[in-house]
Amino acid sequence: MNIQIKNGRLIDPAAGTERVQDLFIAEGKIAAVGATPGGFRPDRVLDASGLAVSPGLVDLSARLREPGLEYKATLESEMQAAAAGGITSLVCPPDTDPPLDEPGLVEMLKFRARSLNQSRVYPLGALTQGLRGERLTEMAELHDAGCVAFSQPGATLTDNQVLMRSLEYATTFGFAVWLRPQDATLSRGGVAHDGEVATRLGLAGIPACAETVALSAILILVQETGARVHLCRLSSAEGVEMVRQAKRARMPVTCDVAAYHVHLSDMDIGYFDSNCNLIPPLRGPRDRDALRAGLADGTIDAICSDHTPVDEDDKQLPFAEAEPGATGLELLLPLTLKWAREARIALPAALARVTTGPLRVLGLPGAAIAVGQIADLCVFDPEAWWRVRPESLHSQGKNTPLLGMELQGRVRHALVNGQVVFDAPSSH
Amino acid sequence: MNANLQMSAEGKLKHLLTTEGLPPEILLQILDTARSFCSVTERQVKKVPLLRGKAIFNLFFEPSTRTRTTFEIAAKRLSADVVNLNIATSSQTKGETLLDTVANLTAMHADMFIVRHGESGAAHLIARNVGPDIHVINAGDGRHAHPTQALLDMFTIRHYKGGFNHLRVAIVGDILHSRVARSEIHALTTLGVPEVRVIGPRTLLPRHVQNLGVHVFHDMAAGLKDVDVVMMLRLQHERMSGALLPSAGEFFKSYGLTPEKLAHAKPDAIVMHPGPMNRGVEIDSAVADGRQSVILPQVTFGIAVRMAVMGILAGN
Repeated sequence: MNIQIKNGRLIDPAAGTERVQDLFIAEGKIAAVGATPGGFRPDRVLDASGLAVSPGLVDLSARLREPGLEYKATLESEMQAAAAGGITSLVCPPDTDPPLDEPGLVEMLKFRARSLNQSRVYPLGALTQGLRGERLTEMAELHDAGCVAFSQPGATLTDNQVLMRSLEYATTFGFAVWLRPQDATLSRGGVAHDGEVATRLGLAGIPACAETVALSAILILVQETGARVHLCRLSSAEGVEMVRQAKRARMPVTCDVAAYHVHLSDMDIGYFDSNCNLIPPLRGPRDRDALRAGLADGTIDAICSDHTPVDEDDKQLPFAEAEPGATGLELLLPLTLKWAREARIALPAALARVTTGPLRVLGLPGAAIAVGQIADLCVFDPEAWWRVRPESLHSQGKNTPLLGMELQGRVRHALVNGQVVFDAPSSH
Repeated sequence: MNANLQMSAEGKLKHLLTTEGLPPEILLQILDTARSFCSVTERQVKKVPLLRGKAIFNLFFEPSTRTRTTFEIAAKRLSADVVNLNIATSSQTKGETLLDTVANLTAMHADMFIVRHGESGAAHLIARNVGPDIHVINAGDGRHAHPTQALLDMFTIRHYKGGFNHLRVAIVGDILHSRVARSEIHALTTLGVPEVRVIGPRTLLPRHVQNLGVHVFHDMAAGLKDVDVVMMLRLQHERMSGALLPSAGEFFKSYGLTPEKLAHAKPDAIVMHPGPMNRGVEIDSAVADGRQSVILPQVTFGIAVRMAVMGILAGN
């Protein structure tokens, strides 16, 4: 299908540029930028006047809830939500039911996702069988089935020997390992950041050292094994600083932060808003500021949604009993734009955190607006205000701390492989 | 979510969920109303018709005989109809959600819920989800708050000490897990107590407790020096298994209230305890039964204070 995107502000995070030009797409790729190529007849013209056109967003963590957890959300609804959020590639963690520790499960997920013809899905394979932290999974087989890396998405493995050996095994094949730095025992029983808010509200706390103790162990093992590790969802000021030092020492580590943690702190729990029950917990304002500084100076490579749809009944409970997690696919873009605005970061640099940054973490090329590049694109109105309401979300997960809030940034069209996979309803 | 759920737009008390954020006028209104009810409980016919026809449901998700009984007595003295729900044996165990239980009871025309729950924030959750004419009283939620206990303790302090703005008050024991302690601290600071102290081992004091406006002591003798009111907290045996304390014996040695330790406080200091007491763990029998102990009057005052709370809420 030939598509012409007219008059859009083309944002190129790789080149760091933005310019208003037409874009021409043919056979899934960018055929031309600027002048109409000879003999090009568009099957569809998208009027992007006043809109921004960027590479499609790449979300490093989105729970699609299939297989096994379909009562929370289904592949159909969540892929629709991803497209509506301008996300053209997403990584799904292996903590499904059963976990993604068998090639057959991975193949089925990929097949299901492909048949929906929307965003690209990159599954993470389980690092250990059943995610139980004891035996290795067949990483080579899982990689062949389509896993881009291997992850233990819950708390860090309690058995350091298993952790070290899983890193060694992964490096045999050059696979990356994604770990969440959260010490299982120090976070045991905790539901909120161990700070002033938890003290006042009488909530069991998870101290920041649950993150730094785990980071310490992981970083030392990275040095021992040379493993390439991606650290998922930093939450503390001290954690950011440890990664900063590790990067200065040229260690092969990358890290990300969840979009909510860029904006919220434990103060937002208010009177026990269970939508603020997240893993890792929202920490103090000082930690949030350090995460923002880490994003600005490149210590943190990517912002992800950490999309976790939770059934309403599982949130309408006392804080500690509520299931943790927040819906995020449709909030990733507006929350990234909000950070860019507040931190006075230019749009190309800000969008790099959700395009080139994540792709670098994945070891994948792309995300430039140039001839020959695959046409995964997001056409959005950076100024459009919208109110976060259950009806305005395509995801089945309506659980967000930002319910009722107004945000700026709304996707008009999303394209994957040169095909339009999402058109915003014209009422927007 | 951050609006003060307890107060109506006109500044009247709609629910009693926590002493935190309640203006001193409201606290004093409750204490003054309780004082007028004290004479009721001393009469032959101990009833007033204030809440006649009202249905008060005791929703106790955590077992409790004492608190539930005092609420029941208080409600009956106000001529209300009382229904006791022991949730552990009811539909909760059949998988009914907390809010479904509340919705069903509302459909039975409940006017007031008195809620005790093992999780912090449970009373707030219920208050956010009941109809406009229903009042919720928090009888204790997790570690968070136990406002009626704090109020009856304030009443007790005022009864014996006359006022608040000249006092040193010490709270001793497991503050980390104590909803009573948190509610006391808010009430004491709101009512103008110039010095509130917390005394306990580091493992039993919340990380940021000083942000609540208290002075922290780990040494009991230093902490009790010249204190006017000593509030002892119950120590639960689970604390030993969580690597928070080695033994009840060692706790008693450092933090148990004995006559020797009490001697550091002022000679006319009063000794309080929310009950039930662990004799020989946090408090020595000689002190619990001694002349400075006001532990039993606390229980009596508790009825009048709970009558006051229910009366004020029903009238708003």
